[in-house]
Amino acid sequence: MARAAVPGRLAGRLSWQSARLVEHRDETPTARTLVLEVLDWPGHLAGQHVDIRLTADDGYQAVRSYSLAAASDHHRIEVTVQRVPDGEVSPYLVDVFSLGDTVEVRGPLGGWFVWRPTERAPVLLVAGGAGIVPLMAMVRARSAAGSRVPFRLTYSVRTPQEGYYEEELHRLQHGETGVDVTYIFTRSTPKGFARPPGRIGIRDLETPNRSPDGQPICFVCGPTGFVELVAGTLVTMGYDPGRVKTERFGPSGG
Amino acid sequence: MGMFSPGFRHRAPETDVALPPGQHLIEDFPVLSAGPTPQVSLDQWQLEITTESGQTHQWSWEELLALPQETPTVDIHCVTSWSKLNTSWRGVSLDTLLEGIETAADYALVDSYGGYTTNLPLEDLLGGQAWVVHQFEGEDLTPEHGGPARLLVPHLYFWKSAKWVRGIHLLLQDEPGFWETAGYHDYGDPWREQRYQGD
Repeated sequence: MARAAVPGRLAGRLSWQSARLVEHRDETPTARTLVLEVLDWPGHLAGQHVDIRLTADDGYQAVRSYSLAAASDHHRIEVTVQRVPDGEVSPYLVDVFSLGDTVEVRGPLGGWFVWRPTERAPVLLVAGGAGIVPLMAMVRARSAAGSRVPFRLTYSVRTPQEGYYEEELHRLQHGETGVDVTYIFTRSTPKGFARPPGRIGIRDLETPNRSPDGQPICFVCGPTGFVELVAGTLVTMGYDPGRVKTERFGPSGG
Repeated sequence: MGMFSPGFRHRAPETDVALPPGQHLIEDFPVLSAGPTPQVSLDQWQLEITTESGQTHQWSWEELLALPQETPTVDIHCVTSWSKLNTSWRGVSLDTLLEGIETAADYALVDSYGGYTTNLPLEDLLGGQAWVVHQFEGEDLTPEHGGPARLLVPHLYFWKSAKWVRGIHLLLQDEPGFWETAGYHDYGDPWREQRYQGD
């Protein structure tokens, strides 16, 4: 596997910084995008994470890691948080955390599951559920940099109501953007959607514009079972395992 | 430090076991890895220890199982902040594997099927602190959790417990592994919260 160093990250200690909520957007009834203002944010690459720390009035602290949802934009960072039932941190961030409130953040973190706008290889993105978040950061970084590298995004969600970033993906899907967006619905589909509901399979990944030719780099993110299935299928199809990057999450991100 | 989140309260399960700083308890067992899960067949599986002088020592799957087996029950701590208590494993102590191997090395670089690497001081593999394990909670270790066999070094953050372990290189000089090259701490002691470089 290639080594991935991150510019500006390796020297010195990462310190906690104050982050103020300046905007929020509901993506679904259970997921909210938080836009945080962090004055000394050093910048980040698409795919990296940030640690968020909450402190209760008795001094108790909890830290969770979240994928950054957007490209680096000066002092602003975005995360999209899915409320985990009975979770400790996510219900607070989705339901209680209000405009003007602050938390602490530390980052950026992670240097492997990242896409750099200088890369020239075609990109295949495969997202399951909330796994869209770091992949959306890559799509947005591509647009922000004016990159014309072909991107193929396959996004699996249970129902049409559960997709994040719907309008933005709709615009990408129907514009001449070089980003191909294909949805897969596992439980129920929108009216007139040709593919019946069902989990992702080799037929979804073996389409004319998705192939291991051209040495694409693949980013697969979602729940463990989804990532195991997709990454294994891609390797079977002839994708280079060293170019299939994965990020998995379970229900314990709470 | 004076910054509180009004309305935020401790909701994690109460425990009388002290956890390392910044960790929270979980009951399930998340999977974190950087690429596809390698499929390794047992008849091709091999573990190899290479010394700094290039001497190699190999074990086939049958040879590994024929060595004295231990059943450590340990707490594990992931750098992503989850901890899991009282996990039980079965495998071979590194003391057993390294017994009789002549080396002046101070460091080890562990490599895996699939290309993952991680580094640690050799002394952290000795003294009943590390195992090559092939069972978890009485069952064969599943591929996504590192099967057929993984390293288990529970006193360090869990990324040091390389899944799909294939080889251990004994080295005179420290050589950073996969995450250690990508900004994570070289040593990774959870009790000193050594998550990232500079911690």
